Amino acid sequence: MRRREIRVLILRAPGTNCDGETVRAFRDLGVGVDVLHTQRVFKERNLEEYDILVFPGGFSYGDYVRSGAIWAKECEYHIGRDLEHFIDQGKAVLGICNGFQLLVEAGFLPGFEGKARYPQVALANNTTGGYQCRWVHLRHVNRGGCLLTSSLPRDALLRIPVAHGEGRFLLPREVEREYLRRLYENDQLVLRYTKPDGSYAEGEYPHNPNGAYHDIAGICNPEGNVLGLMPHPERAYFGWQLPDWTRCEEPPRYGDGRLILESIVKYVERRF
Amino acid sequence: MRRIKRSPHPFEHYLIELRGASRGELMEVAEALGLGLTPEEMEAIRDYYTLSNRPATDVELQTYDQTWSEHCYHKTFKGVIETPDGVVDGLLKTYIRRVVEELKPRWCLSVFEDNAGIIEFDEEYAIAVKVETHNHPSAIEPFGGAATGTGGVIRDVLGVWADPIACTDVLCFGPLDTPYEALPKGVKHPTYLFRGVVAGIGAYGNNMGIPTVNGAIYFEEGYIGNVVVYAGCVGILRKDEYVRAVKPGDWILLVGGRTGLDGIHGVTFASAELTEESEVVSRPAVQIPNPIEEEKLKRAIRAVAEQHLGSGITDLGGGGLSCAVCETARRYGLGAEVWLDRVPLKYPKMAPWEIWISESQERMLLAVPPQNLEGVLEIFHGEQTEATPIGRYREGGVVEVFHQGVRVAEIDLDSLFKPPRVRRRTTWRPPALEEPSFPMPRDLGEMLKRLLASPNISSREEVIRTYDHEVKGCTVVKPLHGWNAGPSDAAVLKPLRDSWRGLAVSCGLKPRYGRIDPYWMAASAIDEAVRNNVAVGGRRIALLDNFTWGNPEREDRLGALVYACRACYDVARAYGMPFISGKDSLYNESPLGPVTPTLLVTALGIVPDIRRVVTLDLKRAGDPLYIVGVTKPELGGSEYYRLMGFLGASVPKLKPGEAMGIYRRLIEAMDGGLVRACHDLSEGGLAVAAAEMAFTGGLGLEMDAAAVPREGELRLDLLLFSESNGRLLVEVSKGRGGEFEELMGDLPHARVGWVMEGDPLVIQREGEIVVNLPLGELLEAWKTPLGA
Repeated sequence: MRRREIRVLILRAPGTNCDGETVRAFRDLGVGVDVLHTQRVFKERNLEEYDILVFPGGFSYGDYVRSGAIWAKECEYHIGRDLEHFIDQGKAVLGICNGFQLLVEAGFLPGFEGKARYPQVALANNTTGGYQCRWVHLRHVNRGGCLLTSSLPRDALLRIPVAHGEGRFLLPREVEREYLRRLYENDQLVLRYTKPDGSYAEGEYPHNPNGAYHDIAGICNPEGNVLGLMPHPERAYFGWQLPDWTRCEEPPRYGDGRLILESIVKYVERRF
Repeated sequence: MRRIKRSPHPFEHYLIELRGASRGELMEVAEALGLGLTPEEMEAIRDYYTLSNRPATDVELQTYDQTWSEHCYHKTFKGVIETPDGVVDGLLKTYIRRVVEELKPRWCLSVFEDNAGIIEFDEEYAIAVKVETHNHPSAIEPFGGAATGTGGVIRDVLGVWADPIACTDVLCFGPLDTPYEALPKGVKHPTYLFRGVVAGIGAYGNNMGIPTVNGAIYFEEGYIGNVVVYAGCVGILRKDEYVRAVKPGDWILLVGGRTGLDGIHGVTFASAELTEESEVVSRPAVQIPNPIEEEKLKRAIRAVAEQHLGSGITDLGGGGLSCAVCETARRYGLGAEVWLDRVPLKYPKMAPWEIWISESQERMLLAVPPQNLEGVLEIFHGEQTEATPIGRYREGGVVEVFHQGVRVAEIDLDSLFKPPRVRRRTTWRPPALEEPSFPMPRDLGEMLKRLLASPNISSREEVIRTYDHEVKGCTVVKPLHGWNAGPSDAAVLKPLRDSWRGLAVSCGLKPRYGRIDPYWMAASAIDEAVRNNVAVGGRRIALLDNFTWGNPEREDRLGALVYACRACYDVARAYGMPFISGKDSLYNESPLGPVTPTLLVTALGIVPDIRRVVTLDLKRAGDPLYIVGVTKPELGGSEYYRLMGFLGASVPKLKPGEAMGIYRRLIEAMDGGLVRACHDLSEGGLAVAAAEMAFTGGLGLEMDAAAVPREGELRLDLLLFSESNGRLLVEVSKGRGGEFEELMGDLPHARVGWVMEGDPLVIQREGEIVVNLPLGELLEAWKTPLGA
């Protein structure tokens, strides 16, 4: 598939607020982008027209109950089957921040045996300092199973900001070990928080900004085409978005966030 | 009460007989209806009804009460003031608005007339900006008060059709370590207020996806009884989207949230002093925030603006529907009819007057030509938010209000918008203050660390991290700069995808100086806001004024206010920078006395190309460091004196001509690529600014105090910590110092040091090392948590 033929759908619900910068980033990559209100998609049932589906950041429906929970249930009810079909075809689904929370609440992630009826993991309240808006260091730990980040070198170190109050990746205590083993076996771990020197944060604040278990910042489904991230790649897309770009004699044109989004586009180019 | 009679209709509605009422009877009526009107105002209203020869209705009297409140009408700023130096015919006209009227800048598109000030951004786009106060509600209910303050100011920007792109917040509290015993009954502890206000501001801005990019937090004893919350918002719009063309027959659309009993008499409350009873009596005056409702509202309003479907718009803030309908009708020279029973309510059985003046949040008023009504309703439906036609504009200057077919009010706009002018007198005597004398501390390095750790200088990171300051991905210079999170002078935004043009947002406030001299306090606040803006490369600067003051009916408070306003004119005129919008909050009094008189100045500058933006962090070892401006023995009200336990008398003054000369040259130097880093000198003076530049950049610095241009006798500690205005530190590219010196010419400047590889910060005087500290230690001191 040629890049300009690729079509990205960015869904939004009341309270979604990172759609603008996500559109800007994808457009810069040369793909076609639509932003649609989720109600319209519920009515038109037109997911089929798209190759990449993005659930962007924000506070859908005020994040009452649990972050992303209301929007997730609404999507399951109206377009649950369509979403499953979309994913079964190998098309790309990306959830950023609130979008990641939605994918977890809807049971698509980690999705050990396909879509789960109930959430299998949680993105819980940060243990430290409440809402956190800060740049973090991340390591791409995936071994190739995540199709969407397969263009990123293994162990690549990335600098991308987070901004959330509920981002602490958590496994159910009684199956913690088992789930972690499965995440490793299925190669579902994608990004982990590190210190500036690249060693894992080991839960240490602020390098791990929310207290996430095993420093987990992003995971994919076993098939590797559904990706959930707490960090915001669209806020680290251009060089001038970096926190220290004014220190560079020649500021970089792009930031590390672009690597992730471009890798998704490349996957679709290759696959279809 | 004899003069108030319930009407026979099946809903709560009263007729009030004012004809022939004495002053005492009028005030009884005012009290029975909960009105904040003065005896003179009640008499003016009585005279109107005597002339019209009919009884008043409760809805009508509530309308007068709302419209004539200090909050809505700014009686003090528009009134006549007798000062010892002559009569001032309107503070706003004489001092604040006069600057823009004299300068007549082409780039000011709408000033002091609409919900927000509007200035040109580039050929196609304009910037809208407003800063509000929300002090009274925040003192009662800090989370809700601060959140609705933010929500309200965002609606002000939506109220000129603009897309909100950034928020600001400036907060003043009592010291966090204030002992509980020191609090009078009814006054809440500063720590409680601080946590609540910060959480409220963060919750609203974050939920709406508007980055909070600039602000300040100030701690001072004068705020224990009166917390101060300023919330600002900046928006962008295409110039052709700014539509104001309401015609007779246009629909009045109430859009957004539903109307309830929250926020009844909010403006009356905001125009009164806080007392022990405020908690019980005024809790209903505080509104309830729902940011997601406003997020939907924003999307819909922007869609209406982009498609040019509306003919007018305004925010429903203080006074609710009553102010919004009457003010818009007045603005377009029209009248209106409104059917209150069509207003969607949160619960049934609200009285007409309550519906009419409720300040429930997340509501706005749109004017829509009949042929566009369907299109507009569809847009709101698509965003899952309500839009209800509740009336129409029509010819004639009368607003008629109906409920269930009954006319409950007939308001003559000529009479409504001619309140009796307030006439007030002032006296102001300078306080008797002395300059302290104390021996110079032996260890100035230790003093520097203590200053860095003091509550008015230390890092605000724990607060700023809880605000999303990067959502929208346009924050080019963030409030916390670099990986060490140093304190940026101003935030810079890049609002347009296809343009490198940037907007610099900064602020200045110097409350402690106000305890010495209100004139120099105001002058210093303006200079600080401007200096901060210049430090990142901002120019063509526009200013906003926000006064928080005590009761203006007391002569000393008003006298100080007049001096502060005078400084606003003098300095802004000399700088050639107009005020484009403002807001005052008076009557900030508590059982502890008046609030510390506070002027917040917000500055908006243009950065022609953000690739040229300058930040505060030291960048390259070997670069020379310059200071511009003169250091004087001006430590009155300084943080250093405060640390030593003094207030002092030598408040920093300002020579606007000289300062502006320096700023102009500095901008030239930046445009010429000479400047690698720049930082403003404010609280804590030279030593603090140097330390901040060093630890933000992670580079050492060697400075010679003897080289600093100065005036008057200055002991070393005073030289390092003086807060004289008009000064900045500038890192100049290696080898270009000569060019810089030539450019600065005879304006005060001097090379004071060099950037060094790695640690430490060294300050010496004539070979004697007086400060020698590793950057880590300075950074650690600066990052002392608030309240620790």
